[in-house]
Amino acid sequence: MAVAELSQQGIIARKPRSLLSDSVNRLKKNKLAMVSMMFLLLMVLAAFPFASLFTSGDFAKQDLMANSALPQWVESTAIGRVVFSIIMPNNYENYVRYSDQFPLGADDLGRDLWTRTIYGARISLSIAVVASTVSLIIGTIYGLISGYIGGTVDNVMMRVVDFLYGFPFIVVVILLQTYFKALAKHGAEGSIGQVMVNLNNAMGGMFFLFIAIGLINWLGMARIARGQALSIRKKEYVDAAKAVGAVDTRIIFRHILPNILGPLIVMETLQIPGYIFLEAFLSFIGLGVNPPTPSWGIMISEAAPAVRSYPNQLLPPALALTFTTLAFNFLGDGLRDAFDPKMKE
Amino acid sequence: MSDNNKAETLMKIKDLKMYFPITQGIIIQKHVGDIKAVDGLSFDIQRGETLGLVGESGCGKSTTGRAILQLYKPTAGSVIFEGEDITTIRGESLRKMRRRMQMIFQDPYASLNPRMTVGNIVAEPLEVHKIGGNAKERREKVKDLLNVVGLNPYFINRYPHEFSGGQRQRIGVARALALNPDFIVCDEPISALDVSIQAQVINLLEDLQQEFGLTYLFIAHDLSVVRHISDRIAVMYLGKIVELTDRYTLYANPLHPYTQALLSAVPIPDPVADAKRQRVILEGDVPSPANPPKGCNFCTRCPKAFDPCFETEPEFKEHEPGHWAACHLYQA
Amino acid sequence: MLKFIIRRVLGFIPVILAVVLFTFVLARALPGGPFDFAGDKSLPPTTIANLEAKYHLDWPQWKQFTSYMIGDELTFFAKKFKVDNQNVYVSKGMAVINGSVYEMDGKTICREGEKLVYGGFKVFDLDPEACGSSKGVLRGDLGPSFRYRGQTVNDVIKVTFPLSLQLGTMAIMLGLFIGIPAGIIAALKQNSIFDYSATFVAVLGVSVPSLVMAPVLIWIFAVNLSWLPAASWGAKPPYLENMFLNPGFDWVNYFTHAIMPVFAMGVGFSAIFARLTRASLLQVVREDYIRTARAKGLKESVVVFRHALRNSMIPVITVFGPLFAAVITGSMVIEQIFGLNGMGKHFINSITNRDYPILLGVMLVYTLILVSANLLVDIIYGWLDPRISYD
Repeated sequence: MAVAELSQQGIIARKPRSLLSDSVNRLKKNKLAMVSMMFLLLMVLAAFPFASLFTSGDFAKQDLMANSALPQWVESTAIGRVVFSIIMPNNYENYVRYSDQFPLGADDLGRDLWTRTIYGARISLSIAVVASTVSLIIGTIYGLISGYIGGTVDNVMMRVVDFLYGFPFIVVVILLQTYFKALAKHGAEGSIGQVMVNLNNAMGGMFFLFIAIGLINWLGMARIARGQALSIRKKEYVDAAKAVGAVDTRIIFRHILPNILGPLIVMETLQIPGYIFLEAFLSFIGLGVNPPTPSWGIMISEAAPAVRSYPNQLLPPALALTFTTLAFNFLGDGLRDAFDPKMKE
Repeated sequence: MSDNNKAETLMKIKDLKMYFPITQGIIIQKHVGDIKAVDGLSFDIQRGETLGLVGESGCGKSTTGRAILQLYKPTAGSVIFEGEDITTIRGESLRKMRRRMQMIFQDPYASLNPRMTVGNIVAEPLEVHKIGGNAKERREKVKDLLNVVGLNPYFINRYPHEFSGGQRQRIGVARALALNPDFIVCDEPISALDVSIQAQVINLLEDLQQEFGLTYLFIAHDLSVVRHISDRIAVMYLGKIVELTDRYTLYANPLHPYTQALLSAVPIPDPVADAKRQRVILEGDVPSPANPPKGCNFCTRCPKAFDPCFETEPEFKEHEPGHWAACHLYQA
Repeated sequence: MLKFIIRRVLGFIPVILAVVLFTFVLARALPGGPFDFAGDKSLPPTTIANLEAKYHLDWPQWKQFTSYMIGDELTFFAKKFKVDNQNVYVSKGMAVINGSVYEMDGKTICREGEKLVYGGFKVFDLDPEACGSSKGVLRGDLGPSFRYRGQTVNDVIKVTFPLSLQLGTMAIMLGLFIGIPAGIIAALKQNSIFDYSATFVAVLGVSVPSLVMAPVLIWIFAVNLSWLPAASWGAKPPYLENMFLNPGFDWVNYFTHAIMPVFAMGVGFSAIFARLTRASLLQVVREDYIRTARAKGLKESVVVFRHALRNSMIPVITVFGPLFAAVITGSMVIEQIFGLNGMGKHFINSITNRDYPILLGVMLVYTLILVSANLLVDIIYGWLDPRISYD
């Protein structure tokens, strides 16, 4: 193994390598993962700080005179005609109209597809980050406490998780979200409810999505975190820390957490495509963000019935969704390969 | 070691018991029995000596070490360290007491946190007890310690996986020394090392004992190593000490049949003598510590067992001055 | 083994009860009632009050729940008295027995076939089945639908479930029959062209959700290429007895209609199976006992199929739990996009319609499917891995 060889050649000369820097080096060698990371970074930049720079900035503006319009360049350039003769049904010239306002055309309400797709990334990326962070934090804390304390506490805490695991979580998410949507529509009773509803409306309906998705998905993370904490707790270096008189908080934060966090983050990254799918699915069935906030799921659900006449409306959100999940999958796989302890020695 | 002639008792262990409960049931856990890992040990440790503790794997040696250091809360019994029973103290005072007693662990690969640098590992005891001055002074102290255990202080920023097993064990020794303890439990510190490295670590431990006046409880399953390093040796079988005496007497005149069997298995570096001697081959397996036999724990495998062995537990008695054994053969 | 199954099935009871209770409370807590709108027009308040009374929506929730669980006539708070020598169960002034609607004083308001006029407003055509009181979930009666006139929830599920079942089964089959062999070949020919392309296609497969796959398939194969029909199976799905007992069943038609929905749902599954099988088999073939089997001189096929495959299937089996959840969400999406009259589509409609009984009923079916799937996984798990004991 390379590590052993290296340590035999001039140990003095080289810099110390932590496990983390080893893993980062391995990740850097994975081209697909690095390209995916760049893609996602670009996407974050495009969707958040710079979204208004190269889009019209108004994803809700309707131009009913230009509904379902194709961009002008389709008609005016040769390449546009060739590409769209492949994409569109045979006789599309007979029924489409053109407009020079939209780089990728407009949807059936005359809204700019390009702007909506870029702004739709906000939803998917926010879900990816927030839902995974929420589930990581709750799951890690719960699992860590359960695994570290052990005994009866562990037993009771894990029975609770087992019981909740018995619930069909997709059904619970749908119900929760149904409830939240209805709350948002009719207003909530009580000040806390109203604050949450207002916050949700301010976020275009994302807040309740975060809660519904994040609150449900910590269960699996809690189980893994507990298993990891249990196995680290039995390691001799934890005994050694106890023997020198370290207190519990020090043992948890200096010894256990750093050793379990890596695998947990990797696990969570692998879950992200699932969260993005779930958001798109909920939006598709009408339980996602509030219209007119664009989400790729909503855009697909709007474009799907019209796919026989206007397949061009389907492509931007479908491709965006596919490439984003693809990038998260490649990145997740890369992280797993780079951080998988089984790859080591 | 002001007075080398008259031994001073550093630690007195009285009837130490460590039971691990066996439970059944999913939510309401029913207590159905105990694994009697350590079942009533009594012995003294003198200041400045090395007490060897030998026995087969699973006989409770490591548990004994951990129970003495209060890493496990003993089920019963007392550990009196300089007149104070440390099994009764808790919390902050126990934490303070830990400065006096340290441990060196068996597996140098598992006993060092892979995410901490050597410097942080060795400095941890100092940090925990807020001693050794500021960060810079602590770092100097850590470098000194690395020097003492024969490691290049230049390695202070390295991570454990960049070292060999022997080097790692030296890091573990440095960590144990950091608090300047009086007493160190060495839990099979060399059994995970290559044979070629073992001698180095043993010699290091002996040198350190000389230099700092340390007292060792040296746990091992290898009799020849124990004979080399120990002043007195205790032989353990199934949670109990069966024989305890100084190393010369133990090898010259073992009383307990189990000790005799163990000694007969130690290779002698003389083929002629080795061929001539009688080997005692033990039959059967070690009984489960959850369900030890009635009477003497060794009665199921003892070649010399007779009626009382199956009925009553032999008393751990001093048969000659300084030579303790628990066997019915000598009870009369 | 039997003890284990019985214990697990008993363990379902609290889960199912909790799901029903949770769903029930949540559905009832939703602002806005089921009768706020009929089509686009809102109904007059008195009519809404009548309808709500008819379905016990004016009762306190605990009464509603008990009535939903064990049925009206067993619920002591449903008032019972004699009219025309028949037993009548009344909720706030109304009862429906054998197609006749009674008032509390025993006066018949109207009879089967007549228009129900109450409080001066025409409500709906009286339908004996839809008006009947439910016998309760515990006796297998999920109650009347609020929105589909004249249909009980049992009717709706009876019609829609077989379609969703066929769709889901075929999708899982597709996943297994493509995914596992592809994973095996990729693992056995590690680092070959086939391995690389299969791995890449599999990542692509798990990255394309069925809600993208479905319209894209329609676009390519139905619109642009016109190879396959995009239309649905029809309002009534082909029942299994019809398929197998009817010699004239049009199998070609059946499969040409099925191929796109099944593919849209199942291609993701096969990608998941392929990835898992490959990873797990790669790990297993490095084990010592595989090396030993080879060293004994066993044929490669025996080594792979007898020694490696069985052990490598253990992690693959664990995805069956999440897989069934994916079938359920998939069926909602696919049925919506392809216009199939399945359970998923009705579930989504019931949310927007606030058709509580359908919502609850379908939820109950889903819960049963998912908990049974978990049990099945545990059983298969134990069969593959003898180290797992059932006690």
